[in-house]
Formats: sequence, structure tokens, C-alpha cells
Amino acid sequence: MQESADTRIHYCFCQMSSDTQVQGRQTVTALPGDGVGPELFASIKEVFTASRVPVDFEEMILSEMEPEKSASLESVIESCQKNTVCLKGIISSPVNFQYGLLQTLNMKFRRGLDLFANVVSVKSLPGCQARHRDLDFVIIREMTEGEYSALEHESVPGVIECLKIVTREKSTRIARFAFDYAIRHGRKKVTAVHKANIMKLADGLFLECCTDVAALYPTIEFESMIVDNTCMQLVSNPHQFDVMVMGNLYGNIIDNLAAGLVGGAGVVPGENYGSEVAVFEPGARHAYAEQIGKDTANPTAMLLSACNLLSHLHLHEHADRISKAVKKTIADGTASVTCVNTITKVIQLNLASQSPQ
Amino acid sequence: MFLVRIPSTSGCVVAQVRTVTLIPGDGIGPEISAAVQQIFAAANVPIAWDPVDVTPVKGPDGAFHIPQKAVDSVNTHGVGLKGPLATPIGKGHKSLNLALRKEFNLYANVRPAKSIEGYKTLYDGVDIVTIRENTEGEYSGIEHSIVDGVVQSIKLITEKASRRVAQYAFDYTKANGRRRITAVHKANIMRMSDGLFLRCCREAAQQNPDVQFDEMYLDTVCLKMVQDPNQFDVLVMPNLYGDILSDLCAGLIGGLGLTPSGNIGESGALFESVHGSAPDIAGQDKANPTALLLSGVMMLRHMDLHSYADKIQTGCFQTIKEGKVRIWRSFLLVDCPCFTLTISEVQWLTD
Repeated sequence: MQESADTRIHYCFCQMSSDTQVQGRQTVTALPGDGVGPELFASIKEVFTASRVPVDFEEMILSEMEPEKSASLESVIESCQKNTVCLKGIISSPVNFQYGLLQTLNMKFRRGLDLFANVVSVKSLPGCQARHRDLDFVIIREMTEGEYSALEHESVPGVIECLKIVTREKSTRIARFAFDYAIRHGRKKVTAVHKANIMKLADGLFLECCTDVAALYPTIEFESMIVDNTCMQLVSNPHQFDVMVMGNLYGNIIDNLAAGLVGGAGVVPGENYGSEVAVFEPGARHAYAEQIGKDTANPTAMLLSACNLLSHLHLHEHADRISKAVKKTIADGTASVTCVNTITKVIQLNLASQSPQ
Repeated sequence: MFLVRIPSTSGCVVAQVRTVTLIPGDGIGPEISAAVQQIFAAANVPIAWDPVDVTPVKGPDGAFHIPQKAVDSVNTHGVGLKGPLATPIGKGHKSLNLALRKEFNLYANVRPAKSIEGYKTLYDGVDIVTIRENTEGEYSGIEHSIVDGVVQSIKLITEKASRRVAQYAFDYTKANGRRRITAVHKANIMRMSDGLFLRCCREAAQQNPDVQFDEMYLDTVCLKMVQDPNQFDVLVMPNLYGDILSDLCAGLIGGLGLTPSGNIGESGALFESVHGSAPDIAGQDKANPTALLLSGVMMLRHMDLHSYADKIQTGCFQTIKEGKVRIWRSFLLVDCPCFTLTISEVQWLTD
């Protein structure tokens, strides 16, 4: 995906001009995450070295599963704010939690950096086994409120209230982001996904904000769709979608569903944007703890996320080379995509075979 | 009540004729209901129908209500079959479906999704049942605007309702010869509410050790469902997740025109097709009765009339498999009367 130089400046004001960035080396905060995260991150480092990418990682451990190993959230947020760019693995949220801790570490991290927009580009990869072909659509998810508000209480024993918060401010912000994204990436249509027929006020407000924003973008077609119907349409007729915008939980559901359509959680990259910081991580978030040390993880999603990061840093040549090498490796079928060491080696070979810059 | 002799494979048995409420519904509802009645009659199902109209009537308080006759009918018979209802938008009365659910306290929604041979989709061999809590959760209807532009919507999870649906899931699984239940939740994010639901499922699992039990995050289920749906058997979950997943599963096998649905309450059960009333094709003999027919089959199983259920289900699947009718867009079926006749003629003569 070729982007103009100032593509994301509107949301990440922190970016320096492209000239200074290309000349010097960049520091990027790296959070390998739980499960197979460290293995995937090792693959990234090898590939980056092979491509001589001028990026240094400030590597930190952030984990809710193993709090004793984890750096403090404050230091991680500080590092991200300083570097303004972060490459992140998956940080698992355990079901069992200490009393009083309703917010997951992920929620605190996202809120701390105000990462409000999650972008998952769902694109079929030639050579990657999937039931559906030639898919190409984008899911944009609000990530700071909704069902992930961590406001729950037990009114009387056995009766629990869980609050979903929807605000005009944040709904409008994500709607604008979605339409801006559509304009910048030459997309034609935005679909707002909701359940306003049942949650008339909450999802009604979200839908109203999307409708209002849509009126400001007359060149982009706008439609709305109820979330259950959207899921049904996604498995039976996914080609109708272009850019989709939705609240937090629906985004979680549809990100994963869509990842399943094109080959699984291992192949879909994701991007998170706040007003100052950009964080890149796989689009469907599964740590695959059961696969640790088995060399069976698929690094594609992480590598493509890293390519998005390089584009964001205006290192377009590196991004293109690496993404080409990854896609060639998958298309050739020379390495099992679920074998991180082998695929990394093949990607390096494919990188080397491309003409030197 | 009266007795009739019913021919069956095991010779002649005496069966009691039971009365069932029939809500034909709007749009294509009456014609697909007629198709189902015709097929049931051809199969000698020991059922009498009590058709009722549920078009809301204005009560003395000025609000619209379901007619008392319909309420009484379902309460008397305890079982009903319902076609699609059109919910008028912006006319001041609530969704009729919701009103019926409330009226009869229908707490569990059961939606089987089974691949139909002869209607090809990208997914083969799907055979999943979703069981959805149907009285609370995100559909509690408790919402308010705190200040302008800030809305709170309350998801209500209670131990009582969670236990009830969890237990029903295990009962259903055993009664229908299934093996495994997966509890679908998001307790890593909604730690108290979904946590409570999950705990109730775990407790029910302990009390029913003969059924396999596992639990999975909603997002993981979605991811795996579209990749390989055959790994799932019975799924139990809170309201919204059930709404989403049941439609997703329907999408895997061809849409809402092919999937039945049953609503189970403490004192009654209502079986229905969940597709729309399709007013644009009403009266043209194009409507596909499969969803309502299979809902009728679910009803028969609920009433322990398994042999009749098997016959009709086999007949329905056989008819579609043999390509005697053409399903178009999964929802419309060309030659509805032909479909009805084919099922009626073929099945009962073959056994």
C-alpha cells in the first residue's frame, strides 16, 4: 500500500520530517508480549538486521500474566511517548484477576496513550490457505470506551451490572478517523456497524455520530448495518465491505472473524493510533501461550505489522522489501508458515535475492 | 383430547392429539405456515393447530398489547409455532418478538445450524447448536443519558438466569445426543459479569460430568468458527454473543431462510423462523418454508414426537438434496407448493 508522505500526520503529530528520519537511526519501543511474542520478536529482529533497517529497539517486558517480570506501566508509557512509535506483541488478559482490578493491563496501556483507533486491514494473501479469496477491507475500531470501560459492580449478591459507556466525543472522533482513512486510502464506502435496534441510546448515539460525520464526506458512500447481520454477511458475502467502523466489542469480534476469513490470527496486521503515539501489533490478538518453544508460531502478522511501522517512519523502501519477501515466501509455499525459524530464514533469503538498494 | 391411530414403522400405536398454537405471522408467514401444516398433515403428525392473530390491540391504558386470546392460547397449550412478524418502525409499540419473549418468559433461544446438502456454501458438514440467554445481558433495556453526549447502557447478568440457561444447555445436549458444550464469554474483559456467567456454566458442568465442557473467548470462537466450524458442537452464551454467533452460524450454512429456532420458557416454548416477513414476495408462492418447517421439527422433538420429527427432517433434507426445488438467495424458494408436495409425497411412502 503506497502512502503519501504525510499520511498519518493528522493523528500522529509527533512525526519528524521524512528527511531527518531516513538519515538517522530511529528508536522504537518494543513490547514482545506474552505467549509466542518473544519468538516472533526474534524473527523481526533477524529480518530487520538482514534488511539493514535503521531502527533500534528499546525492548521492555509488559505482562499481566507474569507481573514479577513486567516493567512498570508508567515506564512503558513514558518510553512510548518518548519514541512515539511502538511495536507490540500480544499481552494476554487473564480471566482470574485480583479483586478490585477490573481494568486489564491492555486497557490501561491504551488509555494511558489514548490509543483510540485500531485499524485492521484484512487482505487475502496469495498462497495462504483460506476459504475466501481476494478479500480487501479495513476494520476501524474505537478502543477507549464502550464495553471495555471496566465499570462493573454487584448490586446485590448474584446480580451484576456492567456499564457500557458511549460518548458523542469519542464516537465522533472515531467516525472522523474512519472517513479520513477512507479518503486517504482511496476507499469508496464506510459501513457503521451497530446494534442500535436494541441499544437504542448507546449504539443510537454512535450511529448518529457516524451519520453526522458522513454528511461532511459526500464523496464517500455511507451505510449502516446491524452487527449480527454483519457477521452473517461476512461469512457469506464478504466482498461487499470496504471500510467498516464500529465500537469496541464489535471491533474485537469482527477483527477476529475477518482474520479467520483470510487465514487466521497469524497473518493479519494491525495498527493503533492515538493523538501522539502509534502502536503496531497483530490485528487479531492471540498470544498462543500453548505454542511456546514449539517453533510453530506464524510470524506473518507481526512482520506485516512491522512493515506498517516502517512505512509510518517513512522507511518505505525497507517496508516494501520486507513485505515483498514475506508475501513471496507465503506465495511460494517453500516454508511452512507455522514454523517461525524456517520462515524467517526463507524470508531472509528472499530479502537477499531482491536487488540491493 | 381424543385418540387416533397413527401408522408408524413400529406398527400401530395410539397417540394423543395435542393442540399447538399457530401464529402464522405477516408477509410470507401465512403461506409458509400453510405449507408446514400441509406437510404435518401428510405425515399424520398427531397435532391440532390453534391459529391465533397477534396483531397488537390498543388496551384501555392506551398502550398496544398482544391480544389476550393469543396469550391464553400459548398458556393453555404450552407450545407454539410462529412465522415471521413485521415490527412496524416508529409506531410507539415495542417489538412484538420482544413482547412475546417477555410474556412467556422465554429464557433460552436455541438455534441449530446444520449444513444442507444441495445448498452449497463454502462450509460443509456444519452441525452446531447455539443456546443463548434471552432475558437479560445487553438486552436489559436499561439505558440512560447521563449528560448530553454521554450514554450508559447496562448489561445485566444474574446468577439465576445464568444458572437456568446453563442447566438448559446441558439438558438439551443430553436429550439430543450431543457430546460437548462450549461456554462462550469475554470474562477477561468483563471480569465480573461474564465471570459470573462463566462460573454458573462451570457449576452446571460439574453437575453434569457426562457431558464434555470447555470454555472459550468470544473472539477466539469467531476466529475458529469461520476457519473450521466443525470443531464446535453446542455453544452456550449470554444474550448479545448468542445473537451474533447464531446469525454467524446461519451465514455459514446459507442464511436465515434455512435455520430453525426455538425459544424455551419455564411454562411454554415457542418455535419460530427468524427471517424477515419479506412483504415484497408475499402471496407469490416463492417463499421458502424450510426455516419454519425445521422449527416445526424442533417443536416435535421438544414434544417428544421424535419419529415424526425424523421423518419430516429427512424428507426436507432429501427434497433439497435431490434438487427438486431450487433455493434462490437462500431465502426465496421457487415453487413453494411444489416443495410442499414433494416433501409430503416422497417421505411417508418410503418408510
